[in-house]
Amino acid sequence: MNTPKKGWKEIPIAGNIVVPGSSEEYKTGNWRSFRPVWDSRKCIQCLACPINCPEDSIKVKDGKRLETNLDSCKGCGICANVCPVKCIKMEEESKFQE
Amino acid sequence: MAKTVPFTGAQAAAYAMKQINPEVVAAYPITPQTSIMEEFSQYVADGDVDTEFIRVESEHSAMSATSGASAAGVRAMTATSSAGLALMFEIVGVTSGLRLPVVMNIVNRALSAPINIHCDHNDSMACRDSSWIQIYSENAQEVYENTLLALRLAEKVLLPVMVMQDGFITSHSVENVTLQDDNTVKKFIGNPPERPHLLDIEKPITIGPLQLFDYYFETKRQQADAMEQAYKEYPKLAKELSDITGTNHGFFEKYRLDDAEAAVITLNSTAGTAKAVIDKMREKGKKVGLLKLRLFRPFPYKEIAKALEKIKSIAVLDRSESYGANPPILAEIKNALFDSSSKPSVQSCIFGLGGRDIWEKDIEKVFDDLLAGKINSTTKYIGLR
Repeated sequence: MNTPKKGWKEIPIAGNIVVPGSSEEYKTGNWRSFRPVWDSRKCIQCLACPINCPEDSIKVKDGKRLETNLDSCKGCGICANVCPVKCIKMEEESKFQE
Repeated sequence: MAKTVPFTGAQAAAYAMKQINPEVVAAYPITPQTSIMEEFSQYVADGDVDTEFIRVESEHSAMSATSGASAAGVRAMTATSSAGLALMFEIVGVTSGLRLPVVMNIVNRALSAPINIHCDHNDSMACRDSSWIQIYSENAQEVYENTLLALRLAEKVLLPVMVMQDGFITSHSVENVTLQDDNTVKKFIGNPPERPHLLDIEKPITIGPLQLFDYYFETKRQQADAMEQAYKEYPKLAKELSDITGTNHGFFEKYRLDDAEAAVITLNSTAGTAKAVIDKMREKGKKVGLLKLRLFRPFPYKEIAKALEKIKSIAVLDRSESYGANPPILAEIKNALFDSSSKPSVQSCIFGLGGRDIWEKDIEKVFDDLLAGKINSTTKYIGLR
């Protein structure tokens, strides 16, 4: 997630984005202070979390949710809040930092 | 062939714009700038320029349209004064932040309140930290030449440039101005350089995206570097212009300064008054001189420190206030002297706010006080009741 960032001599001037369609490369997960930790064993696959996720960070495949995409998750905690079986816990991001 | 004509400072600015022939000019009338755009819109109406002249609803829009046009890749210019510049302020920072080589003539006028249409420098001085290059002009001749120089400098380092002249004193007074012929100017300004722009469909780009704690700092560092580049490029371009015009375009002008014991430092039209005083006092054997600032951003600290090395006492004449702090020019002169081995006595003077006249006798008094050692640490307000 923590891709090495470029120095001031290496980036285009004025913050210009010189490659089209590059927003997918812009990782915003590092804005997060809390990380949703999902317990797949307790999950009943009700799919409330992917529907409510404002960042579309929880993809669904074959009727089942996948792991949260931490490159875009801002840690808002809506998924944990709407979960009827409380299988998502918000953990402090600092715990996961090296 | 160069020709000499009777021109006001406003006409001189408009004529430089005519010769630059920018693709877009967007402006809103404000006294005393209006005279520039009146003159320029006549050139547009007469078909003397190819410019698309956009009459906008405010200065905020004027600066927005100008920077938008510049972001689209063309030469774009505007002009304003006082409250107009204040209203532009948000987009003033956007223009430099986007590294757009816009050139803007500023006709210096006091800021409200109280409302006042006459000259002081608080409008442009309020923009001294906005990452715009600032060039100040003593007279209509300098307005004309500085505007041409500004374009070259802007396009060289990709920063916008403000060219200042005193409201009414310069903008509305007729002087002899020597104009270069169109071909000479065309050759001097050249073609606009290749730079990233919005209408390049071969290389589509985004201008002005969000940058947070991850890259904003790096982008601002680049801007500081661009100012460094402007400091290095200015003398080269200035020499190129001087070779054509025969006029001096140093960072600043030294007037009878080298052997002076007492010196005045100021900018814009008051430098002319100071020269007249100096000539008269020199005839009486008094060793007085002037350092007239031109380039205020970037500020040439080292060169100024060197120029002041042998001066015993200095009076800095600011036509603007920095309430609760040293006025703008004084602050920079003191900064320059901090790293200098010589430590002249420095007298702070503020004059001319809201267009209050400064007379020859006032400047003579400043020199007499310096020569008599009547220098104190508090600011002298010249002409204040």
